[in-house]
Amino acid sequence: MKSKLIEFRNVSFRYTEEMPWVLKDCSFEIYENEEVAIIGHNGSGKSTIAKLMNGLLFPEEGAIFINGQQVTQESIWEIRKDVGMVFQNPDNQFVGTTVQDDVAFGMENRGIPRAEMVKRIDDTLSAVGMLDYLMIEPHKLSGGQKQRVAIASVLAIFPQVLILDEATAMLDPKGRTEIMETITSVQEKHQLSLITITHDLQEVVRAERVIVMNEGEIWDEAAPREIFAKRAELRKIGLDVPFIAILSDALLKAGVSITNEPLNQRELLEDLWISHSRT
Amino acid sequence: MDITFKNVNYIYQKGTPFEHKAIEDLSFDIPSGSFVAIIGHTGSGKSTLIQHLNGLVRPSSGDVTIGDFYLTKDAKVKNMKELRSRVGVVFQYPEHQLFEETVEKDIAFGPENFDVPKDEIQKRIREITPDVGIPEELLKRSPFELSGGQMRRVAIAGVLAIKPEVLVLDEPTAGLDPRGQKEMMNMFYEMHSRQGLTTILVTHSMEDAVKYADHVIILNNGTKYMEGKPEEVFIQKKALEKVQLEVPDIVQFLNAFEEKFGKRIPYRRQSIEEIASEIQQFLEGAESS
Repeated sequence: MKSKLIEFRNVSFRYTEEMPWVLKDCSFEIYENEEVAIIGHNGSGKSTIAKLMNGLLFPEEGAIFINGQQVTQESIWEIRKDVGMVFQNPDNQFVGTTVQDDVAFGMENRGIPRAEMVKRIDDTLSAVGMLDYLMIEPHKLSGGQKQRVAIASVLAIFPQVLILDEATAMLDPKGRTEIMETITSVQEKHQLSLITITHDLQEVVRAERVIVMNEGEIWDEAAPREIFAKRAELRKIGLDVPFIAILSDALLKAGVSITNEPLNQRELLEDLWISHSRT
Repeated sequence: MDITFKNVNYIYQKGTPFEHKAIEDLSFDIPSGSFVAIIGHTGSGKSTLIQHLNGLVRPSSGDVTIGDFYLTKDAKVKNMKELRSRVGVVFQYPEHQLFEETVEKDIAFGPENFDVPKDEIQKRIREITPDVGIPEELLKRSPFELSGGQMRRVAIAGVLAIKPEVLVLDEPTAGLDPRGQKEMMNMFYEMHSRQGLTTILVTHSMEDAVKYADHVIILNNGTKYMEGKPEEVFIQKKALEKVQLEVPDIVQFLNAFEEKFGKRIPYRRQSIEEIASEIQQFLEGAESS
């Protein structure tokens, strides 16, 4: 049985009493080593969820537990060790004057001994493929490289969950690919849950489970394939479906038989091939 | 307005150790009324290119012609203000440039600077705000109380209120959600067609380029790497991969389809529905034979 890492129990949140609810009675769980994508239109409450997870905000109603411990003003320092977060803008999260200093910053705050710091800097920067840039100044890096360093800085604290809050939204396609490759290689080496808050369908498709937010409520929670089967409904709440799903729809309409819900090109071609060779 | 670049070079900080060639021997023609997509990675020279279009920089050598305006190393444009009233540039993340007390004042700032009469400005605001999707009740609000997407729309309205003939868009949908992206691109396209604008779209999205542009220029390391109609450029998978660009989803699929079924369906920018029916016909034909 997988152990529960994060639990939201009937969580509601609003910024002030006069403002509308941003989150309404949200309950969900995230397990160890799981990869979950949270999607939803702008203003659906996705990023608020992330900020509640490491105590940047606190729920007005309900409770949040990380490893069984409730997130409160008192526990946040404990909890932030376990919950690492990378934000959207690569230029807003660099604190060091060099790549090495940046990764060291979080560890310095936690009083990690120097010898251990040096080792972790090496380990995490090589995990994100930035070891050659140790002494480089941040402004010389591309957006994708800056985000990779941000990920290394978070990993150096050994979190149990890494939250990427639209971490690829400001990057070009090359930068996005870099980040997704980095994440894959990090997951291979570290025990880590991953929560990606994103509009990027490539990132959604690779998740094990998707939580769809709409107007502050959990609209659905299922595997990507089940979610993208509800194409018409997804479009209604302002979300996109992958190109292959759109093409599958058009093929069905044109009278081609497709039996599964293909999520990628290979699956669709396979499906076409099977139904085509059966006759 | 017709736009021509002829052997344009642009060098930053020339004669210093930081000298950097951003644009090298770049030539192209954009006829008035076209919708052109400019594609390239960070550092390919896209931003430097668009800064030439409203005279923010002058070429280090070569000629830039925009309608009747002429930019060279030595010839300073006499009527720079007029050029800038005719070429509207929406820079990346334009919401960072908002500064006024109200949405209405912010939109009015541009046209005021170009001495547009007050009642004309009001008229334009009433015309433009529904187009860009800003409800009237927001006009008296502070732009800083709005959501990111709304702020973006306000900033864009400010550029449109100048009524430019050339509209330059530098990744105008970056960071918006999928619905916001689609709405905004459709809005630009509709405006482009209705007002006969010349539109230059800088983008990373092959999908947008193929959907809206009638001409594509691909930049790499400051030089022109490819140029042509989208359906000519985007089928050249090998050449695009060389500069780490990917062909659009539909072209990728057609290539893979050909590999698997040995049937080539040429890409002519047909719709997904048309492609589906071509595939259907092929599969049916293969079955009955």
